[in-house]
Amino acid sequence: MSEFENLSGNDKELQEFLMIEKQKAQVNAQIHEFNEICWEKCIGKPSTKLDHATETCLSNCVDRFIDTSLLITQRFAQMLQKRGGGDL
Amino acid sequence: MAAANMEKGELMSQVKQQIALANAQEMLSKMTEKCFKKCIQKPGKSLDTTEQKCISQCMDRFMDAWNLVSRTYGNRLQREQYRTMDTVELGN
Repeated sequence: MSEFENLSGNDKELQEFLMIEKQKAQVNAQIHEFNEICWEKCIGKPSTKLDHATETCLSNCVDRFIDTSLLITQRFAQMLQKRGGGDL
Repeated sequence: MAAANMEKGELMSQVKQQIALANAQEMLSKMTEKCFKKCIQKPGKSLDTTEQKCISQCMDRFMDAWNLVSRTYGNRLQREQYRTMDTVELGN
């Protein structure tokens, strides 16, 4: 988006528009990623509709994936801190 | 002025269009990958009717799953936002 930033440098409205669109695109990319991961975890043979158990599995899968990501991020930061710096 | 404004509006709608296009392409490619994996166990000389039926069901379920995942993530984002707001308020 850096080329856009030059284009929109003095235009608040355009800047805001691009920022929002960028955020929306990031959320969308995230949904694609979650959907891919949770599809593999939860979907058996495709049938005429998503059954209740599959729906529960999908929505738990998204929330637990986010929990896992937050937990790992937090622990990872602690690991780095214990090593007394950013060096791996 | 009017020309500049039109250009901006055009740029905005082009950006939106490009994003929508990229999204549809992503959806299409993931859908193809996942439904091929689910429905074509042993590739034969052609797609038989069972495979075709499986593919169309798989596409519908893929959309269902996508929408559900999207809603769940949206709810989570909202919850996290409230939580952050609470933390900030407590901090003050």
